[in-house]
Amino acid sequence: MEGTVTQVVEVVDAKDLVRVYGEGDTAVHALRGVGVRIEPGQLTAVMGPSGSGKSTLMHILAGLDRPTSGSVKIDGIEITTLGDDALTKLRRRHIGFIFQFFNLLPMLTARDNILLPLTIAGTKPDQEFFDTLVDRVGLADRLEHRPAELSGGQQQRVAIARALVSRPTVVFADEPTGNLDSRTSGEILSLMRSSVEEYGQTTVMVTHDAKAAAMADRVLYLADGEIVKETGRSNQHEILQIIDTLDLQ
Amino acid sequence: MIKFALQGLLARKLRTALTAIGVVLGVALISGTYVLTDSITSAFDSIFTQNYKNTDAAITGKNAIDASEDGTVPAPPFDAGLLATVRGLPEVGAAGGAVSGEAQLIGKDGKSIVFGGAPNLGFSVDPALPQFNSLTLVSGAWPTGDQVVIDTKTAKEKGFTTGDTIGVQARGAAEQMKISGLVEFGAVSSIGGATLAGFDLGTAQQLFDKTGKLDQILIATKSGTSEQQMLEAVRRILPAATQVRTADEQAKEDAAGTSSFLSFLQTFLLVFGGIALFVGSFVIANSLSITIAQRTREFATLRTLGASRRQLLGTVVLEALVTGFVASVAGLFLGLAIATGLFKLFDAVGFTLPNNGLVFQTRTIVVALIVGVLVTVLASLRPAWRATRVPPIAAVREGATLAPGRLNRYRPVGAALLAVGGIALVLVGLFADGLSTKTLLVLLGAGVLLLFIGIALFSARLVRPLATVSDPIARWSVVVLTALIWPFFLVPLWLVRRLFGRRTEFPGVLPDGPAVAIGGQNSRRDPHRTASTAAALMIGLALVTLVATLGAGLIRPFEQAVDGIFSADYAITAQNNFSPLPPPVAAEIAKVPGVDKVTSVRGGEAKAFGKTITITAVDPQAPELLTFDWRSGSQASLGELGADGAIVDAAYADSHALVLGSRFPMQTATGKTLQLEVKGVFRPPAGGSPFGNVTISTATFDATTSQPLNLYTFVNMSGGVTAANTATLNDALSTFPNAKALTRDEFKKAQTDGIKSILNVLYVLLALSVLVSLFGIVNTLVLTVFERTRELGMLRAIGLTRGQVKKMIRQESVITALIGAVIGIVLGLVLASLLAARLDEISFTIPVAQLVIFAVVSVVVGIFAAIWPARRAAKLDPLEALQYE
Ligand SMILES: Nc1ncnc2c1ncn2[C@@H]1O[C@H](COP(=O)(O)OP(=O)(O)OP(=O)(O)O)[C@@H](O)[C@H]1O
Ligand SMILES: [Mg+2]
Repeated sequence: MEGTVTQVVEVVDAKDLVRVYGEGDTAVHALRGVGVRIEPGQLTAVMGPSGSGKSTLMHILAGLDRPTSGSVKIDGIEITTLGDDALTKLRRRHIGFIFQFFNLLPMLTARDNILLPLTIAGTKPDQEFFDTLVDRVGLADRLEHRPAELSGGQQQRVAIARALVSRPTVVFADEPTGNLDSRTSGEILSLMRSSVEEYGQTTVMVTHDAKAAAMADRVLYLADGEIVKETGRSNQHEILQIIDTLDLQ
Repeated sequence: MIKFALQGLLARKLRTALTAIGVVLGVALISGTYVLTDSITSAFDSIFTQNYKNTDAAITGKNAIDASEDGTVPAPPFDAGLLATVRGLPEVGAAGGAVSGEAQLIGKDGKSIVFGGAPNLGFSVDPALPQFNSLTLVSGAWPTGDQVVIDTKTAKEKGFTTGDTIGVQARGAAEQMKISGLVEFGAVSSIGGATLAGFDLGTAQQLFDKTGKLDQILIATKSGTSEQQMLEAVRRILPAATQVRTADEQAKEDAAGTSSFLSFLQTFLLVFGGIALFVGSFVIANSLSITIAQRTREFATLRTLGASRRQLLGTVVLEALVTGFVASVAGLFLGLAIATGLFKLFDAVGFTLPNNGLVFQTRTIVVALIVGVLVTVLASLRPAWRATRVPPIAAVREGATLAPGRLNRYRPVGAALLAVGGIALVLVGLFADGLSTKTLLVLLGAGVLLLFIGIALFSARLVRPLATVSDPIARWSVVVLTALIWPFFLVPLWLVRRLFGRRTEFPGVLPDGPAVAIGGQNSRRDPHRTASTAAALMIGLALVTLVATLGAGLIRPFEQAVDGIFSADYAITAQNNFSPLPPPVAAEIAKVPGVDKVTSVRGGEAKAFGKTITITAVDPQAPELLTFDWRSGSQASLGELGADGAIVDAAYADSHALVLGSRFPMQTATGKTLQLEVKGVFRPPAGGSPFGNVTISTATFDATTSQPLNLYTFVNMSGGVTAANTATLNDALSTFPNAKALTRDEFKKAQTDGIKSILNVLYVLLALSVLVSLFGIVNTLVLTVFERTRELGMLRAIGLTRGQVKKMIRQESVITALIGAVIGIVLGLVLASLLAARLDEISFTIPVAQLVIFAVVSVVVGIFAAIWPARRAAKLDPLEALQYE
């Protein structure tokens, strides 16, 4: 044995992902053999032109969709062969979502919306964590309001808190700022960044926005169903340049 | 625009079909009713006409008074000597005399043969003049002496053949007779399952206690003479208390009883079809409102493209028109199927209805289409009007919803006004004096209709509190019901699935807290929608509760009345508990050793103060076994009525100013006029009096009635009610197989069983409305699932399992059903209490057990309604659902 090897456990480990929509002549190859490993405590951004397969990849990683072939392990568990109930329960425990459309339940207050994943799983909320979380997303005085009484930014904060409240293994966000103005986008992004720093929340974020990608620890570039480049932490300028050189716009 | 409306319908096939189900069922009941009653009527008409095919005229006895058509007072027979006189007329070619009556055939088990409650008909037959016989000989020979011919159906089903001996009982004790042949009625094997027996004239006269008498003379005109001349000749020699009619008139007369029953049956069934349609109209209005709310974007886009409000209104109404038309046509044909099914059903229970093929009149088609289309279009007006209020700007706003209408503020007030107006109409109908029955029914009907609409509109306000209260009830009642079927259904189902390799969770019983909690919240989300969905069920339950409460309210006072009036140990009744019995039955009982006292009550009709009334007659033993509540007179006078004594009820005495000692004339059915003296006035019990307006002595009654029958016979035995005494009585009745001895308690139960079976018929008919409202819930849930697709996707993504989705939707469904049940039951009780306050025969009694059953049924309705929508929701792929626009 050669010394101590701290084995890094990948929270997400996907290999050879292929996703084909349809058959024959009209078949669309959304993913053509993608491998991704996501390490804990990192914010990963996925970039690429429209139709490159970003959402498809994210959905498969999150257990919402099944690949045509390939394997996905979440926290060491192979999820592509799980039954629907088992998969659903795995999502409860390991995965948080932030959607482009906030998808809040209109009849629930902000508090109940945030607590929804815990309610569904039937677990008791950690009151202390809940309080800090609510404080952090700045909703302390808005908890008893219903979504219709909140602004878009506030609604997305509720959605972020909802994704974080169960401390999932990994949070997936598909264009979380796609529906917000640039100032609000900035706030939401720094919120996500800080959840990575403060709670070590592993996060994967699909984005079109170079400014958002600049906050990530790692950026994956997707084109035509394949990962064409991968960089570590980069600034906005570098990212735009990469996109330019790869002709990804 | 027309093209647009049609394309819209096609695009939403499923929703349209669901919307239309209420109309389909309502129209089906209406067209089914018409087809059924029309077919029966035409079959009976042809039977009765067929009967007189060789006859030109018929002479029958004539009641001196206009007796009711139901045959309680048959026309008195006339002297047989008339036949010879008629035959002697030169204008008459042939004439035959006949008698008829009720004749029980006794099966090999010693019991009288009855198919599905149908009558037992007996006729005289004349082998010499077969053209006049109602019966057609199928095999064997016509009867002579102590022989009988019976119908083929009885022979086949009860195992009799020509040459066998069969027991026959008419007015006297049972006799054994040899079967000489088998017959049918005209060309049909049976009418309504009635048994047929034919005898030669002399035997028939003796059996029916009509010796030397005839009921009917049938005449054929001599060739070369006109029918008119023959009729005139007959009229000239016609004695009093007889009449002559042409064959056609006589056939109509024979059919009169049947047709009045059929027209009652028709109205009765149509009312329930109407109720189902009314409930259906709620379902339509609600479904359209939801679809229109969901199509806000679409309407707004049309408006930006230049469509006028009027065009939008037209589109929606046109859609309704097409839906209503298609649904009505479907209902029309479903009605045909229902009628066919009913014929089969009646046949299966032995009550074979005459059926010469289904009669599909133009009137049926016209009424069904008009009613169906009208109801649909009326129900669409409000939603259509709302569609025109969509502002064009809604096209560009994400998630724009239909703004509440301008009049929305006034909605609760308007709803309350409607409800109050409805109650007011009901009150006027119930308590105003001197209304005709028709006005009263119209007032009640309109009042209840308005009340339902008002409450339905108002109930949106009640949804939140009621849903909160119903939430735990729904949760735990589902747990209890699940636990009940768990070992019989859920576990076996799971095992079977397991065997087929499906990985499903072992079925649990406990509620799924989170799923049920979200479901509960969903039910409070759109109070208007929940309220209108619940309203459909509310109507059904209000009516069912009304029926149950009135039923309970009828039975209690009825039992009290029986207790108050009869103090006997036993009652003798017909096997069917209500047919009157011939007097020899009571005479037989009187001879039984151990019988202390026997008294019988006879019933009939007579005419006094210009009106036909029901009368009863009692014998001298009556004071011992019957107790009256006397206003004037006494128990003793009951036994001393003599030749001219009468007892009248208080209301009759009041309306004709009769007091003790008053004298008044009364004309009996045979034409005699009695000068009666009032010997007593009694107050009938609240639960209904078994006595007529006037009660006279049995001796007087028998002297003026052609075929007296006992309504009731009561018996006291030494030792009271004992098993031995019961056996002795029943032994004595073995020669009267149609009679049985009941203890006092059995008698009460037997009498109330009649009420209960009527209640059951009403429940079955109202169940149809409940079924329509079940579809209403299904409809709302399916539309809601469409609407909340994205939300369902999110819930699945963050961890709601398929099973949980189903439980969530089920909870919403059960809560909706419970809201309908609660409002409906309360409304039903209110209506029942109003009726009970008005009618003496009814006391207000809350039928707790039934109400609990209705609540449970509502929960079951909720559960069933949720099955399909829940499946659809659970099947949604979370990813596709999330991307649903
Ligand atoms: N359900 C589907 N059926 C058929 N083709 C699909 C389906 N979903 C996605 N695709 C195709 O797969 C490819 C990848 O789609 P995907 O949604 O992953 O792209 P994306 O990178 O997220 O694009 P965008 O930036 O526009 O969101 C596209 O060509 C798309 O048309
Ligand atoms: Mg995408």
